[in-house]
Order: sequence, then C-alpha cells, then structure tokens
Amino acid sequence: MALCGASYVLKAVGPVIAGGRRLGPRLRGVLDLVAVPLLSALICVQALGDGRRLVLDARAPALAVAAVLVWRRAPFLVVVLAAAATAALVRALA
Amino acid sequence: MPRTSTYDCPVGTTYTRIPDRTLADAAGIGVAVAIYGVSFGVLAVAAGLSPAQACVMSMLTFTGASQFAYIGILAGGGGTLAAMGPAVMLAVRNAAYGLSLAPILPRRLRDRALTAQLVIDESTAMARAHDEPGAARRAFLATGISVWVGWNLGTLVGALVGGGLGDPRSLGLDAMFPAAFLALLAPQLRRSGAPAAACVGAVVAVVLLPFAPAGVPVIAALAGLVPGVLVAHAKATRA
Repeated sequence: MALCGASYVLKAVGPVIAGGRRLGPRLRGVLDLVAVPLLSALICVQALGDGRRLVLDARAPALAVAAVLVWRRAPFLVVVLAAAATAALVRALA
Repeated sequence: MPRTSTYDCPVGTTYTRIPDRTLADAAGIGVAVAIYGVSFGVLAVAAGLSPAQACVMSMLTFTGASQFAYIGILAGGGGTLAAMGPAVMLAVRNAAYGLSLAPILPRRLRDRALTAQLVIDESTAMARAHDEPGAARRAFLATGISVWVGWNLGTLVGALVGGGLGDPRSLGLDAMFPAAFLALLAPQLRRSGAPAAACVGAVVAVVLLPFAPAGVPVIAALAGLVPGVLVAHAKATRA
C-alpha cells in the first residue's frame, strides 16, 4: 500500500508542480531526453540481467529479432510477440 | 479525431492517417501489456499475494517494473521493507516522466491529478513520439487508458488462473519486456543527442548491474543525459 502511495506521488509531482508553468527551452531539452537513457537501461537490464548477474540467454536472440522488426517498422504487437516466440523457441530447442 | 480516409485506401494497407495509427498502436500496447499483466498475476499469486491483493496493487500502483521487482523480492524470501526500496527506485523515473509530460497534461488540477496516474513508460514514450501538443496528449491518454485496462484485466486473469498457465519463461514472456522497451525507444532516437544518451545510459546500467541493488542501475543511467544534452547543445550552436 505504501508502494501505491509513493508511486502516485512520484507521478503527480511533475504535473502538479510544473503544470501551470512554461519551461525554459534548455530545461525542455533535458526533459525531452529523460526517457531515452532510462529506456535503453531497461532494455539492457531486462535482456541481460538475472538478479545481479549478466547472462546471455534466450532473451538475447529475442531482442535481436525485435531489433530487426523495429528497424523494419513492424507494429508494436508484432515486435513483442515475435520476441516472446523467439525466446520460447530457443528454450524449447535448448 | 479525424476519421480514416478510405477513398484511396484499400483495406489492409497502411495508408491511414496518423491518429488512426496512434489508436491502433495504443490498442496494440494495451494487448501486449495485458499479456504481461497475466504473467504478473500468475507470479504475484505464486509469491504469496492473494488474487485481491494482486488486483488492488495493479490498479493503484500501476507501474509494471516496480510491481515485478516487488513480488520478485517477496518470492525470494525478502520482507515488505526490503521489497519497497527497489520498487520505489524503479518508480522514480515516473517523476521524471511527469515533469517532461507536464506541458501536455490538462490544466485543471483535478484532471491533472487523475491523468497523473497514467504516467508510465508506455504512455510517455507514445506522447514523446509526437511534436504537436494535441497529438501528444491524445497519444498519452489513449495509451495510458489502454495500458491501465490491459494491465488490470491481465492481472485479474493471471491471478485467477494462477499456476495453470505454465512457466512464463518457457512461453518467452520475459523476453517481451526488452522488446517492448526497444520498440518504445526507437522513435525517440531521432532526437538530437538521443543516441549518445541511450548508449551511455546502457553502458552505465550494464556496468552497475552486478554491483548495485535492483533499480539503481536504471536510475544511474540518467547520467546518459549529460553527453546527450552536450551533443544536442553542440549541434544547436553549430547550426
């Protein structure tokens, strides 16, 4: 329950504090980029992380397939399902 | 919302206008999220939560990575307090998202407070893929609502089905997360400085992973903002 509360406060703090204000161009430039390193970090952590270990398992070929599909501009759902299918296939064969 | 123009568009082609593509993508993300919502429900029950607890958590917390981290530590024998730290760390990025989204969220405080709950990876990424504020707001709301519905329906189904689904890993469900984040990241890489920010963020996260507690590597990846902003600034002054 505390997690619920903390999670909501974190989401609301931006809109409620900054909601009425106009942001300077430099701050906008920084905020526009905020999601980029977080997303790239999430990709690495969730593709290579196993607890505190780095592992190369079926998620790596799945991510490679996803990368090709993203490059080919495939729809989101196709990318995600193809990754799951690839990982399932690799694990079934292993 | 403009309707699809059909006069020169055979069914099944991609010649639809952008808003329709946005709605289709939002619905697709919702379906994908529902599928890993199912896996969250299954894992939450396996970790000792009741189906009701799992559903309330998904409705109110509504932050997938945090929830997975939380139940992962519970399942590994950690207590509630031990599980809170990484889960909150993982949710800290929503504050950054909230700040970056503030200009496109509704102006009225009550509406802002309601829509703030929809601030997550997917809705932020979809909004940031649009430069025009109206389109960005529509993308944010469509994706946020779609993901909220999908996540909660998925959690409910997963919590009720419980262990009957089989091993989420053998179904490849864990591989869906990096693929989804990659699909969300790709459109943002066109921004000036974004490739540098992404590369440095990824390296920081991978280097820290073996040493730092769960959640910290992702937060530390914000260091990637420094080269990102420097590159963007250098390009802007040269132009």
